[in-house]
Amino acid sequence: MHLYLPIAGLSVNALVIVLLGGIVGMLSGMFGVGGGFLTTPLLIFYGVPPAVAVASSATQITGTSVSGVLAHSRRQGVDFRMGTVLVTGGAVGSFVGGIIFRLLQKTGQIDTIINLLYVVLLGWIGLGMARESVRAVMATREGKPPPPITTKRHRRWIAALPGRWRFYGAGLYISPLAPLLLGFLTGLLTVLMGVSGGFILVPAMLYLFGVSARVVVGTSLFQGLFVTATTTLVHSLTTHAVDLVLAGLLLIGSVTGAQIGSSLVQRVRPERARMMLALIVLTVAIRMALGLTWRPDAIYTVQLL
Amino acid sequence: MSARDNMRVMACGTVSKCACPRTSPKKKLLAVVAALPMLLGASEPKLVPDVSDTQIDIAYSFTGANLLLFGAILYPGGRTPSADTDVAVVIKGPAEPLLVREKAKIAGIWVNHASERFRSVPSFYAVATSRPLDKLVSARTAAIYEIGIDNLLLSPANGSSAGEQARFETGLVNLKRQSGLYAEHVGAVSVREGVLYRALVPIPARVPVGQYTAETYLIRNGHIVAAATREIDIGKSGFERFVAQAAEHFPLLYGLAAILISLLMGLVAAIGFGRVRR
Repeated sequence: MHLYLPIAGLSVNALVIVLLGGIVGMLSGMFGVGGGFLTTPLLIFYGVPPAVAVASSATQITGTSVSGVLAHSRRQGVDFRMGTVLVTGGAVGSFVGGIIFRLLQKTGQIDTIINLLYVVLLGWIGLGMARESVRAVMATREGKPPPPITTKRHRRWIAALPGRWRFYGAGLYISPLAPLLLGFLTGLLTVLMGVSGGFILVPAMLYLFGVSARVVVGTSLFQGLFVTATTTLVHSLTTHAVDLVLAGLLLIGSVTGAQIGSSLVQRVRPERARMMLALIVLTVAIRMALGLTWRPDAIYTVQLL
Repeated sequence: MSARDNMRVMACGTVSKCACPRTSPKKKLLAVVAALPMLLGASEPKLVPDVSDTQIDIAYSFTGANLLLFGAILYPGGRTPSADTDVAVVIKGPAEPLLVREKAKIAGIWVNHASERFRSVPSFYAVATSRPLDKLVSARTAAIYEIGIDNLLLSPANGSSAGEQARFETGLVNLKRQSGLYAEHVGAVSVREGVLYRALVPIPARVPVGQYTAETYLIRNGHIVAAATREIDIGKSGFERFVAQAAEHFPLLYGLAAILISLLMGLVAAIGFGRVRR
């Protein structure tokens, strides 16, 4: 079934897009990542213009996060205080990101920067997660209890930041500046890469801050919900690249997928789930790295003036 | 544009040849009218072109279209049609300024490093001919009328060396060819008994919107003896038009609507599945 996308200016197979949304939604429900790191590259690969892919996948993540946040808040899995601080940082970050996006677009280096960001961040996080989850799986196989996730609860640079707030859900007593900065960085990435930043937020909260694992996924989704909503607005005001039909198709798949994923994850052991996510993240990173070094199909690219 | 202007100049030329010099406008007109039958009798054949659609609507199910261009060749004075009549049809989309970037391998990765501006690049170009281009008209004529992809005037604007400009032009044209926006359909025009012609030109799904022109050229012995132009309007229609215009003219409302829709869909799914599970 072919459908014409009014902003992207091409017709796509609607079922393929719904299916793509479904897979991404399942990942989102299982791991608390928005799944933008999969949607954006796959859409670009399908022929959707990069700007439209980035903007529309942000819109899609908003919808996917809603159902996740609702599910987690029912289980008290969202630290709203931490979430609000992250969102504040994220809002500032997405506006700054919008300016950087424009600058890079002008110099023509936006594609390279996006690709490099993907390779470096996904590679780094994927490797870290893979190492940690493999250790955990090995330990359970030998009959030992899985080693506790090694986090320093007290990091000197975080403790050095002025002013401390109590985050009850997260079980932390730290300066709000630390999550504010983290929120800012993920906001930047959301605009530049069309991701919700979950794949940065989750490990950062877990390993860097030592946030209690119970609220990590929910809080990350909460932050993603607001930051992607802001990003949708920034993109529709600056680049006019949000395609409602494309986002709608993705949403049909991803909201259903998210529900399936969140019930599926309860049947899988957490360390195995983390290993799966690590594998997916690493695959995307490797594919992106190859894309940078292989001779591209199109040496020439065109930009409207 | 240049091709059409040339045509106009030519048409004026044939008329002014017979008009008497230095007479009052009224007399001049009379003279032209009086000379008209004779003029037609002496002149080359005339083209009467038509297209299947002067308006192509891009709606939700648009996967491309086939444009049928057809028409008749009128021979003045009941002259018998000649067999060696050829027709070329050129369809052009609105011209736009473009920046073409070239990638190069720097420090192991491929990055954009050089660029070239082009002032007017047709967003779409298709030519259909009854015979291979090189057997149709001379290279000079083909260049003047922009018949054939290699004869397009893209007007590079950087002032770089000719070799460099050619390199970028080739890159740009190849890119357009691959996406189906530039195409040559050799043999796609059939001329029946030298009187009727028809050409079927496919319009791809990724066609840019705007005002298109279809130029038809009648060719005999390597010379263009008649030309005619029809306009074709390609635009989004219905819901697609509404969405595209809303995104352009009401960005704030559009963005808010997008957020609201995604929030609602997320909510509906969460509530729906919650019920199912219970």
